[in-house]
Amino acid sequence: MKVSDAIVQYLESKNITHVFGYPGGAVLPLYESLRTSTIEHILVRNEQSAAHAASGYSRSKKTTGVCIATSGPGATNLITGIATAYMDSIPMVVITGQVRTPMIGKDSFQEADITGATEPFTKHNYLVKDPTQMIPILQEAFYIASTGRPGPVLIDIPRDIFEAHATYEVPKEPDILGYKPTTHGHDGQVKKIIQRLKKAKRPLIYAGGGIIQSRSETLLQEFSKKTGVPVVNTLMGIGSMPMDADEYVGMVGFHGNKLAQAVLNHADLVLIIGARMSDRATLNFKAISADTEVVHIDVDPAEIGKIVEHHVPVVGDAYAILKKLLDKTPALTQEDWIAEIKNMKTQNPVMTLEPSKTVNPKTALRILSKLTDNDTIITADVGQNQIWAAKNYEFSGTRSFLTSGGLGTMGYSLSAGIGAKLGMPSKQVISVMGDGGFQMFLSEMGTLAELDLPMIVLVFNNNRLGMVRELQDKAYGKGKTFGIDFQKNPDFIKIAEAYGIKGYRISSNDSLEKTFIAALKETQPTFIECVVDPEFDTL
Amino acid sequence: MDKHIISLLVENSAGVLSRIAGLFSRRGYNIDSLSVGETETPGISRMTIGVTGDAQMLEQIKKQLNKLINTIKVVDIAYDSAVLRELVLVKVKMTHDTRSTIIDVANLFGAKVIAVEPETITLEMTGNQFHVQDFIQLMAAYDIIELIRSGVTGIDRKQSLSV
Repeated sequence: MKVSDAIVQYLESKNITHVFGYPGGAVLPLYESLRTSTIEHILVRNEQSAAHAASGYSRSKKTTGVCIATSGPGATNLITGIATAYMDSIPMVVITGQVRTPMIGKDSFQEADITGATEPFTKHNYLVKDPTQMIPILQEAFYIASTGRPGPVLIDIPRDIFEAHATYEVPKEPDILGYKPTTHGHDGQVKKIIQRLKKAKRPLIYAGGGIIQSRSETLLQEFSKKTGVPVVNTLMGIGSMPMDADEYVGMVGFHGNKLAQAVLNHADLVLIIGARMSDRATLNFKAISADTEVVHIDVDPAEIGKIVEHHVPVVGDAYAILKKLLDKTPALTQEDWIAEIKNMKTQNPVMTLEPSKTVNPKTALRILSKLTDNDTIITADVGQNQIWAAKNYEFSGTRSFLTSGGLGTMGYSLSAGIGAKLGMPSKQVISVMGDGGFQMFLSEMGTLAELDLPMIVLVFNNNRLGMVRELQDKAYGKGKTFGIDFQKNPDFIKIAEAYGIKGYRISSNDSLEKTFIAALKETQPTFIECVVDPEFDTL
Repeated sequence: MDKHIISLLVENSAGVLSRIAGLFSRRGYNIDSLSVGETETPGISRMTIGVTGDAQMLEQIKKQLNKLINTIKVVDIAYDSAVLRELVLVKVKMTHDTRSTIIDVANLFGAKVIAVEPETITLEMTGNQFHVQDFIQLMAAYDIIELIRSGVTGIDRKQSLSV
């Protein structure tokens, strides 16, 4: 069997319905094999989008995403997308074409050392040298990408390997000497958590993206309910706890809720679950006071003790450990602590909605939140729009929030939204962006138009890089902004229309509701531009 | 900051050295020495890496190394039960007057004379890190022309590190 056919057959066996890619010389044989396959190939407009779309697909469908690029510039264009997936632990298999084996190392046309280049941003990568190894490597790649702490795995395949023949033989299961992730969680450690939980006066759960990645949302909610322990979320953890739940406190971090921060500071026991305690989430590692007892649960042992000192480390999958905790912890109440939090709530009032002549993005997202389904997927870009979405759209029910939390990659939202919609076509998908990120990936409007997906692209246009403006204000004083204004933004509605996508411009809060209602009824992609005051702040 | 010797078994596949070196440089860990060689098992190599760091850093180094798919085992060799060795090749200036004293010092350290030229002598010496240090210090008195160190390697007398 031709190796490229074998690859496609393997992808089909893994129930991959869509791959995202961009062809070129080195991957031609793979495209010839894909042509007659049941897998749908989504042609993006830039390879980086292929990785983001695969990420969105992976996150909505809860599976491994697949993207493809050719050698050289195709592969290097993928790098930001791969790094984005790596930072947020998204399971992904990346296939790149490579120049023919005898040409490697000769600076051939469109040759780039992509395994070398992506070594810091991939969980693992391979350069295939032997056609008989292709399927075992592909199997390993899927296994590594999706188990333990998930992440992207890249396979670089020279054109002559694609064209070679090998028998299609899938090993029973991958056996990788150096890769045996611990998932169960040590029972003794679980016991220690319960002991500490019983003694704690002000316990708190700090829930990160690991909850979502391991599909433990329900377990977390049940555990919190049974024990009365309140929950704070990181940006990546949003969606793990319904925001309307009594036990939900808020989001921590640089742009988090003051209340969540205050509660975190005041807790005497913090259960960190599936969070890597990043600088943004922990206010440069200072969010947890030194006298707080820390339990750290993570599937990646290297995250435990990397940033915060712990008293009880537990290596394992959040799902397995929460299941044990839920089974073994008796029902508890935290009345005094909850009362104290309520009291703190009055001292840290919720975000106010300041009046605005143009659109107030916070109002917009709150209205959108009221109008959308209980399982809506919001993808958000990076910058002000990301925080507006995280804090004003109510993530309750089974709504989910997909954003580039770790790398903070602008432009992620549109392609991730396309991928998410393809992965979960029955759900409403809204890609929230700013005019900066949108223009980085404007061309993906073409992909969206071709696919004719009923989803909304919501752009908050303040004709500048709003968050950078705020950072400059903070760092150098007001009036010293530099290099952040888009002085000639195009007419975005016209651009949408040029792609055949219906566009709505909203200039004031008054027309938000009726426009959203109309857009949500559409059976085709819609573009909404909200005109935002350039001085409007994130918080 | 303490000195440690980390012994690791790795799959002998393309790019493994670069992965490990990359890990050290990108996370800001210093490699004091590095030696690599095949083991008794085909396809598996052993790396012996000398590092300096505090306990937290060492813990992270071990965990991060373990995360690499090609890494099979990582052990921090305990100084008290380990036998550490390094090979040193040193070429020093030699005159008629210094020849006998150089050879005396060499004998003291169990070093072998491997080459003698009219104005230089080349010695080979193997020892633990303290012996090596002392030997080099004494040789420095005779004007070292070239010094080559293999990097530390070691074996634990008690525990065995194999697959």
